[in-house]
Order: sequence, then structure tokens, then C-alpha cells
Amino acid sequence: MGAKKSLAVWKFASCDGCQLSLLDCEDELLAVADAIDIAYFPEASSRMEKGPYDLSLVEGSITTPHDAARIRKVRRQSKFLVTIGACATAGGIQALRNFADVKEFVAAVYASPQYIKTLATSTPIAEHVKVDFELRGCPINKAQLLEVISAFLTGRKPAIGTDAVCVECKQRGNVCVMVQGIPCLGPVTHEGCGAICPSYRRGCYGCFGPTERPNTAALAAEWQRLGATRRDIQRAFRTFNAAAPAFRKESEAHGD
Amino acid sequence: MATRTIRVEAIARVEGEGALDLHVRDGRVTRAQLRIFEPPRLFEALLRGRDCTEAPDITARICGICPVAYQMSAVHAMEDALGVTVGGPLRALRRLLYCGEWIESHALHVVMLHAPDFLGYPDAIQMAREHGDAVRGGLALKKAGNALMRLLGGREIHPVNVRVGGFYRVPAKSELGTVAEELKRARDIAIETARWAAKFPFPEFERDYEFVSLRHPDEYPFNEGRIVSSRGLDIEAREYDGEFEERHVAHSTALQSVLKKRGSYLVGPMARYNLNFDRLPAAVQALAGECGLGPQCRNPFKSIVIRAIEMVYACEEALALIAAYEAPAESAVPLVKRAGIGHACTEAPRGILYHRYVLEEDGSIREARIVPPTSQNQLSIEEDIREVASGALELADDALRDRCEQTIRNYDPCISCSCHFLKLAVHRE
Repeated sequence: MGAKKSLAVWKFASCDGCQLSLLDCEDELLAVADAIDIAYFPEASSRMEKGPYDLSLVEGSITTPHDAARIRKVRRQSKFLVTIGACATAGGIQALRNFADVKEFVAAVYASPQYIKTLATSTPIAEHVKVDFELRGCPINKAQLLEVISAFLTGRKPAIGTDAVCVECKQRGNVCVMVQGIPCLGPVTHEGCGAICPSYRRGCYGCFGPTERPNTAALAAEWQRLGATRRDIQRAFRTFNAAAPAFRKESEAHGD
Repeated sequence: MATRTIRVEAIARVEGEGALDLHVRDGRVTRAQLRIFEPPRLFEALLRGRDCTEAPDITARICGICPVAYQMSAVHAMEDALGVTVGGPLRALRRLLYCGEWIESHALHVVMLHAPDFLGYPDAIQMAREHGDAVRGGLALKKAGNALMRLLGGREIHPVNVRVGGFYRVPAKSELGTVAEELKRARDIAIETARWAAKFPFPEFERDYEFVSLRHPDEYPFNEGRIVSSRGLDIEAREYDGEFEERHVAHSTALQSVLKKRGSYLVGPMARYNLNFDRLPAAVQALAGECGLGPQCRNPFKSIVIRAIEMVYACEEALALIAAYEAPAESAVPLVKRAGIGHACTEAPRGILYHRYVLEEDGSIREARIVPPTSQNQLSIEEDIREVASGALELADDALRDRCEQTIRNYDPCISCSCHFLKLAVHRE
């Protein structure tokens, strides 16, 4: 027992879906628990061991002054810190506030805005502390999560591809949806999902965020040829990875 | 000691973040407060200006455990605003997708999160050492629910295939065959899980709740029905705002819902069961009887048995839907965008989920309102804790804290949803 590495799972502003991915590993969960000591995972256990932890998985974005301080404490207790999902890696859907007036946003939802303490922006974990590895997706792919944990336990680099969704789509043998007139973010979106949307006859909506060097302008032009309006294009780049720099920049070039 | 303060700083085995403060003075509980500090994500604000067709994908992100519930309430509300009705096999596929989410979500709560309370373990992984078959069964159930969601939705968390008007792609009948075999095994495991949970030691505790759920003329409710209560409420979703209101309290980032005329109420499996027992198939009713449940149950600790019964029902219903399925010619009905107001209420695993949208002429969202089940149950949870703690003050702080946490977990609270929740503190003064 003493030689086992320890795992902690942390939550910031998020939907819980990415940490649920660990519990969704139905066939592997008990084996994972044999291989690594799940020392702190409040969503799954009332046993909460004190740090330091060998591996921390961080879900969610930073949206409150309290969380901005808490992530620094988490970093200090963590030898290796991996962000899981679009919120932790790019700010999530809640980063739409970054393009608006957060006070007006709070007033639109709460009758007594004075009770609510929140920041003007939703920011990824890497803007606050050093991150050792980032796992993309809204939600993450659970096979990729298992790969990250296995790679950590054996001391190697995780084998996570960095191509565009198009590569996975070709591998799956799909007919390109763009060719059928359906606007798709696949060419500029990071692989990892397995090209689910085109396999279900819809365009990719970018939930794994931008690839390293995406040609978003060329794709936006192609969308226009398919009949998308400037507003459609802005909306498409402003979803779960709206604050990722490449998507933010492209969205700012379009609008009403 | 005349005064006592008990605080649970982080409630475990719930989805999201919250705490509980319990104040005890001269042997009486003076205050029980759920403090929800889940950071607000401001969905109702960020939805404004988005297209009506984006609502299912965006609102799914309120909750990774019950994304289908958000997608279903969103599409029904938008269809209401656009004057569109979705029937036939498309309606059946929505119901089938909901079966998958109920199975996945209930299996997670019953076996992985709630059962450890009754058997004295910190989590399911520790519990697996002595209750390996039950835990492996729970995981297999969860996997079957997820398989259904993956087939119909593309993936289990934040499915991609749901759209306003129907789906992007509908399955061929042959595709449903493989999952049917898995569901038959899941149904047998769910029956064993219900019998297993029925033997847990349940505290003697009942309260006179006002139960609120959907009620449909012939079905146990998922997507459709009138909103009814055990005290005579019987309304359409569009009348929701007339009967319910949300209050903003200082100790919580989740709004608290009340019935304007009567205050607190309870939604979720126990409410659905009490209000719709007659809509369960005879075999499921008989299993409930075998598990010690009558047609009425007011002991929230027994909600774990009801959830297991609902899993059996969801497996049966899924199998029936698959058997009757014929693939439709079109995957969705056409939409014409227009200005309008749309309301919908569907049965999330944790209870009714209300959406209301005001649309502009071009179909973009002017106003959005979302009332999740956990914010509706917040007051009931606080009242339960007050009463449970009042009857258990002889317990030492640690044991009292455990009892309070278990009381909270009876509700399978989803704090991420509600704020869009828990630490426990008991203050003995």
C-alpha cells in the first residue's frame, strides 16, 4: 500500500462530467483503484486523505476569488497536475462572460446580486498555475483519461494525438459532411472524440478546442460559401472553448 | 453543554460543492442551512442571443450526470415556442434515451454513492472488498445505461445527437438489437439490486411531504405530462410560474424554489413513485411489494429502493420501446423560426426540470429560465435535516454529522445543477 502513488480529483467551475468519466470507466475502475491510491475524490468517497498527492486531476475553470486562491493550494500539494476538460483547459462555456459585462450577467440570473462573489472572467487553470498536462474535450474521452493515468504510473509521456478531427473522421470512414453542405469545425478542432458528430450526420461543434495551428479564417470563408452568416460563425467559435485564443480571435472577426 | 455547532465542510458523494451548518441550542435544532458555494456559471445569462437550436447542446453542460434531462427540457420548450410536435418513433427514441440516463444516473447513486452509507463504508471501492458482486453489478448496470446513451446520443456525457425537432441521425432497428441483450442482463441485475437494497437498515423516519412530479395519462413519466402534487396541484408546464417561485437566499448560490401557496415540496424518485405507482407495470409493482414498499412511501431513506425499482422499470420500458421500434423516414421534423414563448418540464433522474424561453423573430433567445430539481428540493433537504438531527442529538458530533450527510444524500443532490451545492457544520450553542 505504502508504495502506491496517490491520486486527487479537484473540482472548480464545471458540470462534473469530466470527473464522472473516471467513474464511467466501468470495466477498469476497480483495476485503477488497485493501481493508484484514490486519496481525495469527494464526488466518489467520504474518505479524504491529506496531501501531498502524486497526481492531481483538475476539472473546471477559475471564476471566483476563492477558487483563484484554492488552485494555488492544490498546485502546492500536487507533484503532477493534469487539467481535464474544456473548462480547466480553456475556461469552458462559462467563459462567454469574458465577452460581456459580468455584473449584468449576475443581475440577469440572481435577484440579490450582492450575495454573489464572482470574477469578471472564467479562465483556464494554466493562467493561474503551472500545468503538467492538458486533456481536451467537453467532455474528455475516458480512454484518453486512462492513458494519462497509465502513462503517469509508468513514467512515460501520454500517447495523445494532436491532429484535427478530420483525421479521426477519415479513419472512421465517414463521408465528409462539408461536401454534403453541412458546416463543420472538424478541420480546426483537436482530435480525441473519435469524430462523433460527423458520424451522426452533423458538423463538429469544436468541443475539443482548436488544433495547434488552425486555419480558422479559411474555414470561416468556406462556411460563408455554405451559407453561414457572420453571426452563425461567431456563435460556432463561441461555445465550450470560446476563450481558447484561436477560437476567440476568429469569433471576434465575425458578428452581427 | 448547552450549545453545539456541527459543520460539514465538504459533503462527499454528491455531484458538486456544498456544505451544511447545523445550529443546536439547549437541545433543540435552531437552524439547518445548506450552503451551496458551487461557483455560478450564469447559464440563463449566457444563453441570451444564442439560437434556439443551440439550447440543447449548451444547457447539457449544466450537468455531466444528467445532460439528457437538460437536452429534453430544452428541445420540448423550443418546440413549444415554435409550435412543433414530435411524435411517433422520434418521441419513442427520446423516451429510450431518457431510460439510458435514468439507468446510468440511478446506478451511480444507488450502488456507488448511497449504498456505502447503509453498509458503513467511505466509498464503493472499499465496499467492493466485501460486497464485490453488488458493486460489479452496479457498474454493469451503469454500463448498460451508458451503452444506450452512446448508441442513441453518440457518447454518454453530453450526447451530440439530440436536436430541436428530433435527432441528427436515427438508428436502424438492427442497431438496437445488441443493446437489447445488454438491457436484459441489466434488468436482472436491477432486480437483484432492488432486493439487496431492500435489506438495508432504514431509520424510522417519515415526513408529510408535498410530492410534485409529472403525470401522464398512460405512462410512468419521462418527457410529458401535467405537473401534479399530492395536495391537488394539477397544471400544465406553462402555468409553472404562477404556482412556483425561486428565492435567492444569502447562504446559497442556488436559488430555492417554493410553492407560492404552501412552501417546500419534494421532487424526484419518491415523488414520482407516490404519484405514479398505478402507471408501473404489474411485475414492477409486485417487485416493489416484495421489497417492502407499498404504493406510498414517505421515508426518504428508502428512496434508494425506489431508485432501484425505477431502474428495473427503465430497463423494462427500454426493452418494450426497442421491440416496438420502426425507424422513421425522417430524423427530425422541419422547423420554422418565429417569435414565441416556450415552456417544458421533464423528469430528470432527480426530479422535474423546468425550462422557459422567450424567442425573438429570428429564433434567437431573448430570455431563458431553468429550474433544476436540486434547487426545488433544497428546502425539503433543510427541513429533513432539522427533523433528523432533532431526533439524533444524543449522537456524538461525528455520528450526527454522518447522519446528516446521509439525509442529504437521500436526495441524490446534484449541486452542479442546482447552481447553476455541500460542506456540513453543526453549531451547538
